[in-house]
Amino acid sequence: MKRVYLDHIASTPLHPEVLEAMLPYLKGNFGNPQSLHSIGQEALGAVEEAREKVAQLIHAQASEVYFTSSGSESNNFALKGLALAQRDKGAHIVLSAVEHQSVLHSAKSLEKLGFSSSLVPVDKFGMVNPEDIKKAITPETVLVSVMLANSEVGTVQPVQEIAEVCRAADIIFHTDAVAAVGNVPVNVSELGVDALSLAGNQFYGPKGSAALFVKKGIRILPFIDGGIQEGGRRAGTEDVAAIVGLGKAAEISMRDMEKRAEAVRPLRDRLIQGLPQRVDHVFLTGHPEKRLPHHASFCIEFIEGEAMLLNLDMQGIAASSGSACTSKALKASHVLLAMGIDHALAQGSLVFSLIDDTTSEDIDYLLEAFPPVIERLRKMSPLYTKYLEEKEK
Amino acid sequence: MIYSEKVMEHFQNPRNVGVIKDADGVGQVGNPVCGDMMSFYIKVKDNRIADVKFQTFGCGAAIAVSSMVSEMAMGKTLEEAMKITNKSVAEELGGLPKNKLHCSNLGADALHKAIEDYLEKQKGIKKEKAEEAPVEKPAESEECTCPYCEGPLGELEGICGSCNLELEDCPECGKAKKKGAEDCPHCGATKVRV
Repeated sequence: MKRVYLDHIASTPLHPEVLEAMLPYLKGNFGNPQSLHSIGQEALGAVEEAREKVAQLIHAQASEVYFTSSGSESNNFALKGLALAQRDKGAHIVLSAVEHQSVLHSAKSLEKLGFSSSLVPVDKFGMVNPEDIKKAITPETVLVSVMLANSEVGTVQPVQEIAEVCRAADIIFHTDAVAAVGNVPVNVSELGVDALSLAGNQFYGPKGSAALFVKKGIRILPFIDGGIQEGGRRAGTEDVAAIVGLGKAAEISMRDMEKRAEAVRPLRDRLIQGLPQRVDHVFLTGHPEKRLPHHASFCIEFIEGEAMLLNLDMQGIAASSGSACTSKALKASHVLLAMGIDHALAQGSLVFSLIDDTTSEDIDYLLEAFPPVIERLRKMSPLYTKYLEEKEK
Repeated sequence: MIYSEKVMEHFQNPRNVGVIKDADGVGQVGNPVCGDMMSFYIKVKDNRIADVKFQTFGCGAAIAVSSMVSEMAMGKTLEEAMKITNKSVAEELGGLPKNKLHCSNLGADALHKAIEDYLEKQKGIKKEKAEEAPVEKPAESEECTCPYCEGPLGELEGICGSCNLELEDCPECGKAKKKGAEDCPHCGATKVRV
């Protein structure tokens, strides 16, 4: 069976060159980078080389990069570490309504410690208006966090403008750039952000490899206590192989990012244009232009996402959905709801995110295989029957 | 795969999909807010279910459950069909993931509603138009799984029998949420403060 992987947002595959770079630290050098002996020092050299590469990818200093184990950890580290370090200044944080759960839930944890938070709404494209951030800021505000790109709808936020608002108000600004880094150019000084999260498995690096950028001079509390690793802010023996993999993935992204984006963008556009041509009542979610180059997301009316995913999987197509039934908590995507999409339509959410080996044939295959799936499920749907009856009247 | 072979088989080849235009009884349950909605149509002859059709908006489990319920009900007397329980449907399907058990509730409920609709019509107290009956509130909280630990909700109303978390009904969708919580894991209702 033909296999078509269109779930970049869940994880990219590991780049073969990344695997090659990691292998020596899985098979040969097992040293602890904090050991004084040469086996340890060799591992330390590899970790620091990787830090340099990750820093280059986002145009930061190596000393501003802290390795973590996931994008979620980076977001937890940022929200809690930055807010708590400024507890004496105030206890209010500002977030967008479409942030990743690791940001939203970190804010919830902070609420238990006496912080309060404001959720800034988004427009129908999932876009934050920097003016709304300005309005949400109070004299108590110590931190603003707005993501760079949304993984569910692909929308790229006006982070530079939001950073300006924060700078003018002298408030620290963090951006969750997990979906963006390695896929679109990210320059922390141009963006003007104080902290930024990134994760390796979004750009062909290994799972379990991630980092948090914290601008020099910005105070952040340690996230894991007990050791001198990561500047004393994230204790624990380093996952050397994962860190080396992250560094290599960063290096490859610097080299290939533009080429990759140029290759997937026309394929994505063909999907965005082709699907609504073949099926009615299919709506693009997220911003039509200001979106990740590999990202195509839709709501398909009258049917539910999980049923579509199962049918697509039977035909070898891997995608994802923000429908309530696909989440274990049976909760519809907060992102789609925040964009004003009603519950029933949000249930029909489907996300196709392309990877660097996605081919034109893959998109043809999807465009051929998907409409019959939609048709089959609509035939079963009471909502579709109701729609057809009303149309006849 | 999260589903049993039997569930997948029914999902791929659902039995009795469709609408019976001149149905003797119609039952509709669920709400797209919480994910699933089912409509059951029955024809009754000599106190037996002579034909049954369904339509479902929902996940793989919901579709498989509807199909299974329709197969189990076909040819049964009304009394026998009323005895089809959520549990027996889930068992026939070779089990369902814990957080999908509520789908099996909907299937049996929709069938029972169709039978009740038929019986009411027989009594001559037929409602205006069964198809236009208001969409039901989602299944009762005690029939659901705990949204936090995914364990089955016990008989003790308002407390999850598995993790002992105190629960209350979400004012928006009626399903169980953590007591005092500002958002509901089922319908996503959230207290947004700007």
